[in-house]
Amino acid sequence: MTLTVERAQAPAPLRKRPFGLVRHSLALGRRSLTKTLRTPEQLLDVTLQPIVFVLIYVYLLGGAVAGSTQDYLQFLLPAILVQTVMFAGMATGVNLNTDIDKGVFDRFRSLPIGRSAPLIGSVLGDLARYLVAVVSLLACGLLLGFRIQTDPLSALAACLLTVFFAFSLSWAFVLIGMLMRSPGGVQGTAFLVLFPLTFGTSMITPKETLPGWLQTWVELNPVAHAMDASRALMLGGPATGPVMWTLLSSVLFLAVFAPLAVRAYRRRT
Amino acid sequence: MTLAFETRGLVKRFGKTTALAGVDLAAPQGTVLGVLGPNGAGKTTAVRVLATLLRPDEGHATVGGLDVVRHAARVRRLIGLTGQYASVDDDLTGTENLVLIGELLDLRRGEAKARAAELLKEFGLAEAAGRAAKTYSGGMRRRLDLAAGLVGRPSVVYLDEPTTGLDPAKRDDMWSVIRSLAADGVTVLLTTQYLEEADALADNISVIDHGRVIANGTPAELKHVVGGQTILVRPADPARLADAAALVGAVVGRTPESPGRGVITVPVESDTAFTEVVRRLDQERISVTELSLRLPSLDEVFFTLTGRHAEEEENAA
Repeated sequence: MTLTVERAQAPAPLRKRPFGLVRHSLALGRRSLTKTLRTPEQLLDVTLQPIVFVLIYVYLLGGAVAGSTQDYLQFLLPAILVQTVMFAGMATGVNLNTDIDKGVFDRFRSLPIGRSAPLIGSVLGDLARYLVAVVSLLACGLLLGFRIQTDPLSALAACLLTVFFAFSLSWAFVLIGMLMRSPGGVQGTAFLVLFPLTFGTSMITPKETLPGWLQTWVELNPVAHAMDASRALMLGGPATGPVMWTLLSSVLFLAVFAPLAVRAYRRRT
Repeated sequence: MTLAFETRGLVKRFGKTTALAGVDLAAPQGTVLGVLGPNGAGKTTAVRVLATLLRPDEGHATVGGLDVVRHAARVRRLIGLTGQYASVDDDLTGTENLVLIGELLDLRRGEAKARAAELLKEFGLAEAAGRAAKTYSGGMRRRLDLAAGLVGRPSVVYLDEPTTGLDPAKRDDMWSVIRSLAADGVTVLLTTQYLEEADALADNISVIDHGRVIANGTPAELKHVVGGQTILVRPADPARLADAAALVGAVVGRTPESPGRGVITVPVESDTAFTEVVRRLDQERISVTELSLRLPSLDEVFFTLTGRHAEEEENAA
């Protein structure tokens, strides 16, 4: 190796350029994305896992719940799409918890960038995982015989709405990721939050078959509204109500959990 | 004389553990400050405070005259950090790691790429530039880590145990890089567990123990305190140990100790004694399997300064 390090004699002060937070977050988002693409085994939870869920539900419960596996697939798929993307969001929290104690986050902290940039970058980078989740789930559904009953544009809207909802909610998992000591703890806590949210819905059985108290929970549960919105956009029916509820709850999650997550990150040393 | 960085009465506690118990450090611009101490002495904590990663509980620290807590953002534009454990991203290539840092330092993408290529070449990593960092050897990772700390041409660089775990050849490479940094006018804070390293690189050394600075001075001053160097002789024939001891004793003017197993050691003030010992051993035809002149180990330094061994402190901590 050469032993002289050529450097400017008087170190030039680094100049500041505008829109730092946006540029830094995007640069860090690209880092996340590159890492995901280099380690495809980390995509199992957004590719194989949702397909396994669909197969289990459709062929085990389809006959009992809907009378035919085909009818049940129509009922299940738009709803399980929401669960799939939410699970992908949980992984963001787990991955951040794994990453944060490595030296590379220390380096980010020692750089003149916004404190929230590494978090925003990770969450943005994980949007690619959501995309993979949506595509693999829809592909699997179409192969099994799922048919969109509205039009492609509405189906696209369903996917985008679902991604936005899961993205907003993923900040809750980021917060858990910042507060817990170990990745295992993040996963355990996240599942405790996730299960009542995703299963306390009409995802696998119609709401009318549930006991009264559970029906009340389904009516309150924002995830149930997101699933209703996805069903309405893909299968038809009144969409405005559930879509508005989903947008509203998404904005609320974002406004509450993103600042809390950033604060928890700053406090973590 | 302007100070590049300074800490005064730095205190940092983690729960019941006191990591820093009032640490004063200072380095004039363009000098290398060696911070010497065993594991758990508080070296890394002090670096983390100076790198704006930790807030001190008491006392204050400044870099370039700027307080590290109140002006953290401005301080971050002056510093480069190289961690104790290579803090590069394993999944990214050498180039990607450095370009990312460049972009986070507000370089344009083209500038960041040019700077990355320049540094990779300088650090002998040009051929490995396109490979993921996880395929790098230990020495290459340290160099990449150091390069990452230099992307923004910082005026103060923190090197936290940059050679721990490196083999001697890689360590020498790293020393050359550190020397050239200092030659360029960069102020360096170097933490190390080896007096030899601090002696080779630092203008000033602060010895740190239990979160306190227990000695401070130039390498020469410090070595004077702890008794200069030590000659070690191991005759090939253990039967000639007594002859060797008599011979060395005569040259040095002090009775050598025998720490056991066919070895004698004796502290010396000047290195001319060593030449004389070599000559006389040859004359007397005493062949040796080991013959060295070395600086006291960190353990010996600690024993001299504190009356305790560094190892005991580690175990006690």
